[in-house]
Amino acid sequence: MVDFKDKSEVKFSEAAQKEIERYISHYPADRKKSAVLPVLHIAQAEFGGWVSPAVQDKVAEILGIEPIEVYEVATFYTMFNLKPVGNYVLEVCRTGPCMLRGSDQLIEHIENRIGCKVGETSPDGMFTLKTVECLAACGMGPMLQIHEDYHENLDPEKVDKLLEDLRNKAAVKQSN
Amino acid sequence: MGLKILTEHINVPGIETYETYRKMGGYRSVEKALKTMTPDEVVEEVKKSGLRGRGGAGFPTGMKWSFLAKPEGKPRYLVCNADESEPGTFKDRVLMEKIPHALIEGMITSSFALGARTSYIYIRGELMFVLRILEKAIAEAYANGMLGENILGSGYSLDLHVHPGGGAYICGEETALLESLEGKRGNPRNKPPFPAVWGLYGSPTVVNNVESIATVPWIVNNTGDEYAKIGVGRSTGTKLISAGGHLNKPGVYEIELGLPVEEFLYSDEYCGGIWKGRKFKAVVAGGSSVPILPAELFLKTAEGVPRVMTYESLSEGGFVSGTMLGSGGFIAMDDTTCVVRNTWNFARFYHHESCGQCSPCREGTGWMEKVLHRLEHGHGSMHDIDLLVSISKQIEGNTICPLGDAAAWPVASAVRHFREEFEWHVRNPQEATKPGAVFNKSEAVLA
Amino acid sequence: MAKITFDGIEVEVEDGTTILNAARKIGGNVVPPAMCYYTPLKGSGGKCRVCLVKVTAGSAKDPRPMPKLVASCITPVQDGMVVENTLSEQAMEARKGIVEMLLINHPLDCPVCDQAGECDLQNLSYEHGTSGTRYEEDRRTFDKIDIGPLIQLHMTRCILCYRCVYTADQLTEKRVHGVLGRGDASEIGTYIENSLENEFIGNVIDVCPVGALTDKTFRFKNRVWFTKPMDAHRECETPGCCGKVVLWSRGEEVLRVTARKNEYGEVEEFICNTCRFDKKEMSDWIIDGPRHIARASVIAANHYELPVINPHLVPDLPAHVVDTQIQDQN
Repeated sequence: MVDFKDKSEVKFSEAAQKEIERYISHYPADRKKSAVLPVLHIAQAEFGGWVSPAVQDKVAEILGIEPIEVYEVATFYTMFNLKPVGNYVLEVCRTGPCMLRGSDQLIEHIENRIGCKVGETSPDGMFTLKTVECLAACGMGPMLQIHEDYHENLDPEKVDKLLEDLRNKAAVKQSN
Repeated sequence: MGLKILTEHINVPGIETYETYRKMGGYRSVEKALKTMTPDEVVEEVKKSGLRGRGGAGFPTGMKWSFLAKPEGKPRYLVCNADESEPGTFKDRVLMEKIPHALIEGMITSSFALGARTSYIYIRGELMFVLRILEKAIAEAYANGMLGENILGSGYSLDLHVHPGGGAYICGEETALLESLEGKRGNPRNKPPFPAVWGLYGSPTVVNNVESIATVPWIVNNTGDEYAKIGVGRSTGTKLISAGGHLNKPGVYEIELGLPVEEFLYSDEYCGGIWKGRKFKAVVAGGSSVPILPAELFLKTAEGVPRVMTYESLSEGGFVSGTMLGSGGFIAMDDTTCVVRNTWNFARFYHHESCGQCSPCREGTGWMEKVLHRLEHGHGSMHDIDLLVSISKQIEGNTICPLGDAAAWPVASAVRHFREEFEWHVRNPQEATKPGAVFNKSEAVLA
Repeated sequence: MAKITFDGIEVEVEDGTTILNAARKIGGNVVPPAMCYYTPLKGSGGKCRVCLVKVTAGSAKDPRPMPKLVASCITPVQDGMVVENTLSEQAMEARKGIVEMLLINHPLDCPVCDQAGECDLQNLSYEHGTSGTRYEEDRRTFDKIDIGPLIQLHMTRCILCYRCVYTADQLTEKRVHGVLGRGDASEIGTYIENSLENEFIGNVIDVCPVGALTDKTFRFKNRVWFTKPMDAHRECETPGCCGKVVLWSRGEEVLRVTARKNEYGEVEEFICNTCRFDKKEMSDWIIDGPRHIARASVIAANHYELPVINPHLVPDLPAHVVDTQIQDQN
């Protein structure tokens, strides 16, 4: 888990810094605040899947705005995790069209497989389970999102395979 | 096979690349507009086409464009609303994912018409993989001189950027989207002033849906009059329908407006009928916000006239017996569907997505969800059913933005058309809360 | 200038005036209530929806009625506009519904709330609410947060008018509090522990329409209706402070200092924290005289002044207005 005491400890990689600069360049020079959502996304990907207060303070510093302006935004939009998360965040769509095609059962299945409830992180720290509202995949439900990837037309077998693959991937990462 | 304007080449291998897209006739509208037309002429063609905003409200695009204020010394902006979040709707995502250049071409031609020098595509943050596809395509367009300084030697310059949202349905509301693009919370603005006068950074701005913008190139290439010939009456052109729910063939279909709903639902060219050989119970025809209709009222109006897929036909009967085409999010439900559970699910969605700025929506959406939760879980009373209707009326029409209405309509219409099912939940709580239990009208009458 | 008809009363106002301010020019019982709009704060209004009115004719040029009720606090008048507030059953019904919404999650802890007696929500509920509730669920609660030694935050009482946010934006150079979260989980907060300490931040207490932000130095000291309000001033050295205040005292003891507010609860001129929190001796102040409390509040119990329609403006009052005024007198 990545955590920082203070914004001075928060250091973006060179690639991330470039990406931040690129986004800031998209908006008028006196409208740097516009970049707050893209920069928060970059920060979340960079620092372990969540945005701690220190990270948010750093974002405010980069954009030249007050920290509260970042807090207000980060707490409004649901994609930003405000608490530490597992290696993989499973975001399962729970809205009507997916429910009609079995998302309730899918969520229950995942809970049983990873050993935690919605909103929690599995005991092994591997997965955080979140339910989310409609992800614009209604014809391909039930579905879930992991980081940037959509996994659609799911059933229990496919989910099991997916979880297995992720566990293997994490193991490989660790051994490297 | 109906006419395909947007999706004709969707299955061509490599269509996501500039090269293939161009080979298939892409970017012709940019050449035509920038080299041979004035901005006003492009606006005029769009007006003539009768194209109506494909995001849900159905407001004529050409008219919206003509409202754009043009004060001296202020930039103008075109912002594409790609924050597709309406439950049941996934057409824009598929279009951008498969043919990103269709949107980019539309953005260039439309920005030229509106005199915008910087334009943005606001895409919902969850669709980061689509954002990457768009950014790649934009880079190709820059490399091929379709974006940047002095496009095709016309003297017109345009920068196009993609901006990710952060997870908020409300940012599909155009003023909330602009707030969000300015780096703020997605709180809808009070209107007036409308974005045409006071939009992004206080400048005149047009916000259009992905599908609307992607349609503009065809209109420019073939003229507005030609476009207006497609479809029926004031519902001109083609429309992407996102078909989901209990269908044999869910997916995105481009239909000519005016297609009989029965053909759309049952023919193998489109949805292929209800899955698993079950009966058709109900439908939400235009995204979760529109009133739910029982099968019989969807297929035919209360007067017995078969409905067709147009803005007018679907709304025939008003809120008493009609619905809306909305964003074209078509959610079919078979006879194992519990309408109370589905209504609770939608109410939970709106509760989750209310921005919390104005009191009727902030408080009312949560209240409705709680009452529906009670009903669905066997703790409701008959009084609760009327309470739901009353709360929905207290929200409807009294909020800053249409989210309040969108939250109220599904609840009010579900009670209107399926009151017996709600009452069954109250009378038979033990039975109704069994997993998979569904109200059966004929059995209920016998009991 | 634009001439409009509001609840049957004609009034002429400057172009660009809002319907609410046009109604305030008339005065009296026809004025719609306002919980979030606040004249001194730019950008405020439109959120609470209690000021919704019916526009039965949009303007002389386009006399069609507006399809929905409109928020009178942010809708500018047009020449020839006809507006109904108390005359419109639809508007009154909607207002009742919105008051209910504002109350379903309100703790109704008036007996222990320092705002009681000068609370806009109390007045609003008294005038437009119902005596019972249809809300059976648990009321919303929040984790308590400490925002410093001067100001007490009770989030459960907050109606999210955003006035305190605008105040911090417009009166202080560095805002540390804001609206966090979304929907009905939105709250006023600082996110990380932080105290509100700017020299003008005390004004958030005065602009708060409810008891969400109260004066910690006055906390549980007294009920406002037992204290005696007096206008007073001092030569304040804080740049930007007018030094004009209301002292709320009991006997010789100054219990509380606030800015001066008009009959709509709007601060006339903002004051600094030094005046508000540090100058609690009679000798700190030059007394200007007793303060008139115009609103129908318990504070004014002994010098009650009813809201009256401006008699210069309306020589011949329509019957319905005269009736309500006479009723109130009784």
